[in-house]
Amino acid sequence: MTARLRFARTRTGAVGLALLCLVVGIAVFGPFFAPHAPDAPIGITLTGPTADAPLGTDFLGRDVLSRVLWGGRSVLGLAGLATLLAYVAGATVGLVAGHARSLLDPVLMRGADVLLSFPALLFLLVLVTGVGTSKATLVIGVAVVQAPLVARIVRAATLEQSVRGFVEAAVARGERASAILRREILPNIAGPIAADAPLRFTYSIILVASVNFLGLGLQPPAADWALIISENRSGFVLNPWVIFVPAALIALLTISANLVGDSIARTLGVSVGARGRT
Amino acid sequence: MSPPLIVRVERLRVELRSGAPIVEDVSLEVRAGEVLGLVGESGSGKTTVALALLGYARPGCRIAAGAVQVDGEALTGQGEAVLRSLRGRLVSYVPQDPGSALNPSLRVGAAIGDMVRAHAPGRDPGEAALAALARVELPADRAFARRFPHQLSGGQQQRVTIASALVCEPPAVVMDEPTTGLDVVTQAHILEEVDRLRAESGLAVVYVSHDLAVVASIADRIAVMYAGRVVEEGPAAEILARPHHPYTRGLVASIPDHVVPRRLHGIPGVATGVGDRPRGCAFASRCPQRVARCDDEMPELEPASAGHAVRCFEWTRTPTLSLEEPVGARYTAPGTAPLLAVEGLTAVHSSRAGTVVAAEAVSFALAPGECVALVGESGSGKTTIVRCVAGLHVPAAGRVLLDGKPLATRARARTREERRRVQIVFQNPYDSLNPRHRVGDSISRPARILRGLGRAEAEAEVAALLGRVRLPAALATRFPGELSGGERQRVAIARALAAAPDLVVCDEITSALDVSVQAAVLELLAELRQELGLSLLFISHDLGVVASVADRVLVLERGVVCEEGPVAELLAAPTHEYTRRLVAAAPRLPEPVPTGGAR
Repeated sequence: MTARLRFARTRTGAVGLALLCLVVGIAVFGPFFAPHAPDAPIGITLTGPTADAPLGTDFLGRDVLSRVLWGGRSVLGLAGLATLLAYVAGATVGLVAGHARSLLDPVLMRGADVLLSFPALLFLLVLVTGVGTSKATLVIGVAVVQAPLVARIVRAATLEQSVRGFVEAAVARGERASAILRREILPNIAGPIAADAPLRFTYSIILVASVNFLGLGLQPPAADWALIISENRSGFVLNPWVIFVPAALIALLTISANLVGDSIARTLGVSVGARGRT
Repeated sequence: MSPPLIVRVERLRVELRSGAPIVEDVSLEVRAGEVLGLVGESGSGKTTVALALLGYARPGCRIAAGAVQVDGEALTGQGEAVLRSLRGRLVSYVPQDPGSALNPSLRVGAAIGDMVRAHAPGRDPGEAALAALARVELPADRAFARRFPHQLSGGQQQRVTIASALVCEPPAVVMDEPTTGLDVVTQAHILEEVDRLRAESGLAVVYVSHDLAVVASIADRIAVMYAGRVVEEGPAAEILARPHHPYTRGLVASIPDHVVPRRLHGIPGVATGVGDRPRGCAFASRCPQRVARCDDEMPELEPASAGHAVRCFEWTRTPTLSLEEPVGARYTAPGTAPLLAVEGLTAVHSSRAGTVVAAEAVSFALAPGECVALVGESGSGKTTIVRCVAGLHVPAAGRVLLDGKPLATRARARTREERRRVQIVFQNPYDSLNPRHRVGDSISRPARILRGLGRAEAEAEVAALLGRVRLPAALATRFPGELSGGERQRVAIARALAAAPDLVVCDEITSALDVSVQAAVLELLAELRQELGLSLLFISHDLGVVASVADRVLVLERGVVCEEGPVAELLAAPTHEYTRRLVAAAPRLPEPVPTGGAR
């Protein structure tokens, strides 16, 4: 087994990875197994579990199981895309800032600090109310919240690498800065990034779910775990499953991603405290 | 009557939790007033033995068998509480790095006082601390005792750790590389100090070091360790003049000397690590006089003469050590134009705290084929100067000329040809190779970038270069993490050679290596100079190393060249006060005693 996958050998890593695969599996392949269409009413509202609807029905009489099986893709997709975007933007800024021994470093990092100083959720709400709600707004908004945190971690790791002998050797050879960053530095900071990425992903999920829950993200009748919880809040007493199951899936997703991140960090010897805040 | 036996170690075995031995079958004795030098290279188990003398094993290890006794009391098989009361009172420890051993938030008087409170409740800690400071020749006043460790120099810090080790007057003290991080002048002072304390109070000292020359200057007896076992033990003078074990002989022959420079001979091969030690003699794979049974049987430590024991079947065949072989003729620069000229170079380091001048108005020239050495203690600016030459540091004033043409200050601004002609090899081989690149990729990169070779040509070049630095071509597909320090430094040299340079800048390239490996790397460098006609700019703090490789030497003191000249003349008759101090303080083996036979 390669060093990259060594984390899966630890107990935390194995449990985390198994749970993560389970939840991701439900989200990705769930729609193929859904007994009903996610948006078609099949009976009276908010019944308990029946033979036709194992998890009962929601406030409009739709099948909860089918909606749950359909509702993971949006959370996972939006959060994943936002995290990816945050990494592309944040890592670029962090690499450049960490390697540049010039005014570029403070300029970029103070810019990141300014973005960081907005409370994340408030920033998203203002953005959504201002620009209007759409999937693109949501993804970009979450990415903007996350990117400065990524930039900070990448910059710190880059700074540490850029004084090492092999980087200096490349500088003395006259290599271009882009070649130095790509060839010499990036492969050596992949570890800390890998340890941090699941944590970022978790935070994206929470942000996306929060905005959806508040009704400012995806709009009904879309099936989305957070939206399902939000829509059926008042029906909790009549059919607890409609709240409990999507909530548990979101929780499992974040917990398992966290476990994976922790075990990667531990097998790489990156201290958990040294990573960025969430 | 001989003085009483203080330290007794019998058949000590320390092993990893897996059961793999780190140290095996080690027996030692130290008498009152005696210094035992415990010598070995990295991985030999010397620090493990040193810690076991305090009844301590590092996490993951345990003392599996054997006995350690100090002044009649056993330190093995005791509970942690008992051990804690014995450590410091019966035997104490002086660590390698005083900077990290002293608690930075504790005033030095209080640090020493803590020892007193723990072991001698009756005494006044303050008074005892002052007395202890006086003993190690530090100012014994309240003001000094109220200082924090960061307000002291490295030498003063090490004196404080010695003072706190000795404040409870233990009969024995273990010193683990106490001078390794210090400059030579401070090292000489500390060694004098240890010698005086031992004589004054009849202290039994176990002095652990990788540096045979340092040990030679202080030890009465020497035990040489290799792969976890003592391979030779005896009176210091005997061991150094007539080493019986081929490893000891190799070690002595590896030590450069600055007064009588001689050809160095390294020991080929790599030491075996913990866990993959062979059944037979661990040195067999590197040994020039091995026989068939060396591979299957571990030789016993057998007495060779009175008080001199050796662990080798074939020790009678060990050739006499002849240290007379001088270095080859020195290169004398022809009257041609210099290859490299540094003119009025001034370099500074600026930070928020202020500006430090690292080099001031340094000028020198280097002829084609010549090796010029820059010598000085840490902080003398030698590394900054070569960084300016390599285009890694922008000087505040002055210029660097290659073939009479001024070079741009930054490497990036130089022409490809200029960058190709000047190559640098860094100090730390553990840091200078990208751990994510295969050895072959690291070496071929400069060939492709600076010489414009194609992929196939560069690959052929890698094989040739590995051969040139005496490494197998198969190493090209390995990662640096799989290589030893000496192998990595050879790879780093190969990478520099890949550019087909005219000048190679060597920044302390052997200081991270063991002495036998250092000798082998220096040998290689001398051969490469011959083969390729390279010019070298060589940085070192070690006068012995400089004497064995350089033609001309510049002595730097706080960024200023205080003396320069041909290496042999300068080291034999230094004129500047600072050079004189350096030369006097540099440790060296005692003059070889002219004797008739080997034994």
